[in-house]
Amino acid sequence: MRKAFIATLCELAALDDRIVLLTGDLGHLAMEPFRERFPNRFLNAGVAEQNMIGLATGMAEAGFLPYAYSIATFAALRPFEFIRNGPVLHQLPVRVVGMGMGFEYGHSGPTHYGVEDISVLRALPGLTIVIPADSDQAANAIRDTYNVSGPVYYSLGKDDRITVPGLNGRFQLGKIQIPRKGVDVALVTMGSLSQEVAAAAQELSSQGLEAAVAVVSNFHPDPEDDLAEFLSSFRHVVSVEAQTLSGGLGAFAAGVIASRGLRCKLRALGVRTPPDGTSGPQEERWRKHGIDRGGIVRNVHELISN
Amino acid sequence: MKSQITGMLEGREIYVTQPAINPRDMRRIILDQSKRANVGHIGPCLCVVEILSALYSSVLRANSPDDPDRDRFILSKGHAGLALYAALSLKGWLPEGALDSFCGDNTLLGVHPEAALRGVDFTTGSLGQGLCIGAGAALAARMQHSTRRVFCLISDAECNEGSVWEAAMFAAHHQLSNLHVIVDCNGQQALGLTRDVLNISNLAERWRAFGWRTEELDGHSVSALAQSLSHASSSEAPHIVIAHTVFGKGVSYMQAGIPVTQTHLPAHPVNWHYLPMSDHEYGLAMAELEHAD
Repeated sequence: MRKAFIATLCELAALDDRIVLLTGDLGHLAMEPFRERFPNRFLNAGVAEQNMIGLATGMAEAGFLPYAYSIATFAALRPFEFIRNGPVLHQLPVRVVGMGMGFEYGHSGPTHYGVEDISVLRALPGLTIVIPADSDQAANAIRDTYNVSGPVYYSLGKDDRITVPGLNGRFQLGKIQIPRKGVDVALVTMGSLSQEVAAAAQELSSQGLEAAVAVVSNFHPDPEDDLAEFLSSFRHVVSVEAQTLSGGLGAFAAGVIASRGLRCKLRALGVRTPPDGTSGPQEERWRKHGIDRGGIVRNVHELISN
Repeated sequence: MKSQITGMLEGREIYVTQPAINPRDMRRIILDQSKRANVGHIGPCLCVVEILSALYSSVLRANSPDDPDRDRFILSKGHAGLALYAALSLKGWLPEGALDSFCGDNTLLGVHPEAALRGVDFTTGSLGQGLCIGAGAALAARMQHSTRRVFCLISDAECNEGSVWEAAMFAAHHQLSNLHVIVDCNGQQALGLTRDVLNISNLAERWRAFGWRTEELDGHSVSALAQSLSHASSSEAPHIVIAHTVFGKGVSYMQAGIPVTQTHLPAHPVNWHYLPMSDHEYGLAMAELEHAD
């Protein structure tokens, strides 16, 4: 989604000179198109993420639309309180861009895993959170939300090749998307893991189980009504996220199910165990945490048979 | 009352003999409102009175708090919010009676200033954030080809925060000469003296090493502050004034850290960071204020 992000930002920046791009000294072989086209609106803030968010806050108050970019953990967690007290408290249109969803930085290890950014930032009600599932949805989401009056956090995958079949780039704030219909079980997911969940649905189909897939692409406004309506026709739901479970997608789905009194059983898949010092490629990390297609299929069978 | 212009230097006006916002009036508001609300943070408010008086009397170029091209001011040491409210009130930027909502129910005038209150440019209260925002505001002004300036008041203990130095590096690298920082150098922090907690005694040298145009002066001299902050330098470096202040300035028992009637407490320099005043202490403070030169 990195290329989609930069290409879309270039497209918007050509039309709106309020847009500036700040980076915490990251984005090699990604930022260049923007930097070359808008050199006066590109700023490397250095390896100083707290200051970068502070800068963005001061610039937004003056009328700019600053996009502040770094790897998700450095963009969202290191300056968390700056985001809270800056753009969120002032309701200023800062856009924080966190790159590397879940385990995308596989071999880089736990310091680089974006497995808490959504959970943590969902604690800030004044912050719109956008979690595209693939490049086409990322481009549409960035276009649709660029003019939101308050702050936005984008959790982006760095892999440009991901495509979720049936999603076709659709995005709407406060809504879910349903790239695959089914009647036997509901799979609810978000972000770049959606492609893996779609693959699990395909595998389940070959085994005779038709799984519907819902992609949650944004919070604040939460797509509560939409998700409730979707889940109302299912007895079994599996949520899948490359995030810790506290406050993330599983917690959101559980809240919707409980508060709406839906008659379905939820199994929430995600990161349940603390970091143990190990690292590995993304797919291996997914297997370790049971959120790969095999793990999803196995959990669906267990849930339904119980 | 207008500030009195006393001369010109390099085409800029030099101020101030009678500041429009009188320090004594500010101190009276601080003591009155702290007593009425029965809250502390009196010492850190009293020591920045002259700094705010200089800024709001003559330094800040702002026709109204809503003018988008006004100079910006960030009270990064947000715990002196009441001193800011006093200045805004005397400036005529707070509605009549607003001060009496200080620390009230559902108020915009909490201990720390909120940008939702007209006249407050940025919300503060968490140390180490104001200067980062100020650097962004200064950069924005330059990108917009505006002559507006950004003033940021930080505390000496705030320099414990690493983010202050992130912003310091950034501002110097980008030659943000429209950014002016005032350090309220009162030598105290929440649990003791700055020299005992984290020694930053050579503060000016540190800022100079970071590439800032650095001055040291008496933080209770309105005219010296106004002159320094209004002076247009040809330097491309950001500007910092290390303003030496006296904690609790104007109330001698606060300066000495003596809890006059709260006798269960030992004398300690930081007492008046926290304590509210008893009736007797309030009386003593007001009497000293009224009899001061």
